[in-house]
Amino acid sequence: MKYITRIFLAAAVATVTWSASAQEQFIPAIDYRVGPYAAGGSGFFGGAIDYMSLVNAKGGINGVKLVWEECETEYNATRGVECYERLKKSHGGASLVEPLSTGIAYGLLDRVAQDKIPMTTLGYGRSDAADGRVFPYVFPLITSYWNQAAGMIKYLGDKAGGLDKLKGKKIVHLYHDSAFGKEPIPVFEAYAKQLGFELIKIPVAHPGNEQQSQWLQIRQAKPDYVILWGWGVMNATALKSAQRNGYPREKMLGVWWAGSEEDVIPAGAAAKGYSSMTFNTPGNYPVLDEIKKKVYAAGKGNLEDKGRIGSVYHMRGVTAAILWVEAIRKAQEKYGKGKVMTAEQVRWGFENLNVDEASLKALGAFGMLPPVKTSCLDHEGSGAVKVQRWDGKSWKAITPNWVTGDKAMIRKMQEEGAAKYAAEKKIKPRDCSKEG
Amino acid sequence: MQFFFEVLIAGLLSGVMYALVALGYVLIYKASGVFNFAQGAMVFFAALTTAGLVDSGLSLWLAVPLTMVAMVVLGLLTEKFVLRPLVAQHEITLFMATIGLTFFIEGLAQAIWGANVRALDLGIEDVPLEWLLESANIAVSQFDLIASGIAAVLVTLLAIFFSKTKIGRALRAVADDHQAALSIGIPLQHIWGIVWAVAGFVALVAGLLWGARNGVQFALTFVALKALPVLILGGFTSVPGAIVGGLIIGASEKLAEVYLGPYVGGGIEGWFPYVLALLFLVVRPEGLFGERIIRRI
Repeated sequence: MKYITRIFLAAAVATVTWSASAQEQFIPAIDYRVGPYAAGGSGFFGGAIDYMSLVNAKGGINGVKLVWEECETEYNATRGVECYERLKKSHGGASLVEPLSTGIAYGLLDRVAQDKIPMTTLGYGRSDAADGRVFPYVFPLITSYWNQAAGMIKYLGDKAGGLDKLKGKKIVHLYHDSAFGKEPIPVFEAYAKQLGFELIKIPVAHPGNEQQSQWLQIRQAKPDYVILWGWGVMNATALKSAQRNGYPREKMLGVWWAGSEEDVIPAGAAAKGYSSMTFNTPGNYPVLDEIKKKVYAAGKGNLEDKGRIGSVYHMRGVTAAILWVEAIRKAQEKYGKGKVMTAEQVRWGFENLNVDEASLKALGAFGMLPPVKTSCLDHEGSGAVKVQRWDGKSWKAITPNWVTGDKAMIRKMQEEGAAKYAAEKKIKPRDCSKEG
Repeated sequence: MQFFFEVLIAGLLSGVMYALVALGYVLIYKASGVFNFAQGAMVFFAALTTAGLVDSGLSLWLAVPLTMVAMVVLGLLTEKFVLRPLVAQHEITLFMATIGLTFFIEGLAQAIWGANVRALDLGIEDVPLEWLLESANIAVSQFDLIASGIAAVLVTLLAIFFSKTKIGRALRAVADDHQAALSIGIPLQHIWGIVWAVAGFVALVAGLLWGARNGVQFALTFVALKALPVLILGGFTSVPGAIVGGLIIGASEKLAEVYLGPYVGGGIEGWFPYVLALLFLVVRPEGLFGERIIRRI
């Protein structure tokens, strides 16, 4: 009898465990913690996991707990696709995917549309994917490369005393010789034509650990500004090479992938005074304090080095997870509070995000990121940026308000790019007026 | 003309930095006939260990010798656990073993010191020489000049070591024929241990200079890519060849990027040295200073 009771008890426990796992929303963490870009990957995914742990510590999303599984890609596109395929059906199915890699994102572009799983590409990937009519499953949330490039020109114009003052100036676009580095060129060329500045494009071969010839060309051209569109070791090398050639770092403005601690610390004193774009305002926020108190104090923090809490990559990870959670919350409002959402329902959530200032205040992240409001037409949701400067020890925001460039011009370019893609792939764009 | 000389000087100085990495390959190949694929990983390991020790609070003067000890231990362990079991095996087997070793060392370095990037300050300012800038408007990095001096000293020492010492001669004998060297009483394991330790020292010097130049990060392993065309050009068995090859590769890649690059879209610095090396390979397969192998067929 005792034996039979035990069996029933075990069965009951198993049922409870199963029903508990049925209340879990699965998010695959296709990440990279080893290899050349490990520092960025560990910071970003560490931040995302920390925020998800915080949400769970506070009871989940209306009672639905988040669950995740990591898969190491080493930033390799093939491995990224393999990880996606391995995890997309785990734990009842992936709610979303965020590879933090343009290469992997390109590899998944068709697959996520086929599998009906939303993919977020925070601050990277195809800029024209902001057109949700052609890319229903892709969300380049907050700000795409093109809007960032527009924000850069707006900032440089303000610095010069007005956009009209850029006429006759020389701006060097020093870029990683890849699709990533070439992405903003159409925007810079359009602005150069419109405002009358000279755009000098100088590519740097991967990985960019040797740039003396590029910097000698820069020295010869004597540009007013240098835009650094780099990644990985290229950024620190650019800063050191600028110093080696006597170019002032105060005249350099980097893309946000050249704007983390990992980009400036290796350059040492050569980085002081350098500025970069960002979609987060550096600083401390209540949400970060809460992560320290409720996640790290409980021994559940993801970062080994607590000093990295609130660093640029960590904050970006927290930002990404905030948007994921708010998309799931939004989906629950429509499809049922306290229920586990399907990937298709989460996609709807992403398409109807409205993270306004009041929501950000409630989340303890007011000012950390710009308000985000998406729609069927606009999967970007903001287009705002800030500029930060490295003072030798930390990043400080130097634009008090969010900066936006010519959003109308960028939107036109995005629609043209998306239409071209739709024609190539024979995609019939959605009619957004019919979307609920 | 002034700009041409500026590019040329910058290229020559960069070439010395490539040669520093190439030297590690030459040493191991010269003594054991093994192309050590793990040399780039060793450079990374050495730089990360030094930076890690400095960040832990040690002074640079203490961190460098401690790293040297770590490199010697790594070299001896490699000899004992990787090479010794493969004595008399085909060269390709040894080469494959060093590929495995690369991933092991990269993983080990990050497991010990973490994936964070670090700065390494050797106390040498990386700024242009002011007097040259003012008098001739030529920017030459003070750091690169000092690095070139260090490389020159290192090459001289290694050349003396190989040609004038008993161990150096034994190293060359082992390189020519493992089994013949063993038969005349040269202790193979002992020799291999020494050469891996010396390669570890060269990796440490390269790691310190490259780490101080670009920061200590995983990408240091990529500097190996810069050394390969240097080896093809200079020859796999010649220490002076590594330096001359480095100078040629450095100067030609910079001149090509500046003067040829604009006609083909730029960004050619990555592949141009390989094309040059390939062309050179057709004319002189053994490299500039490599040993010409003539086989009866």
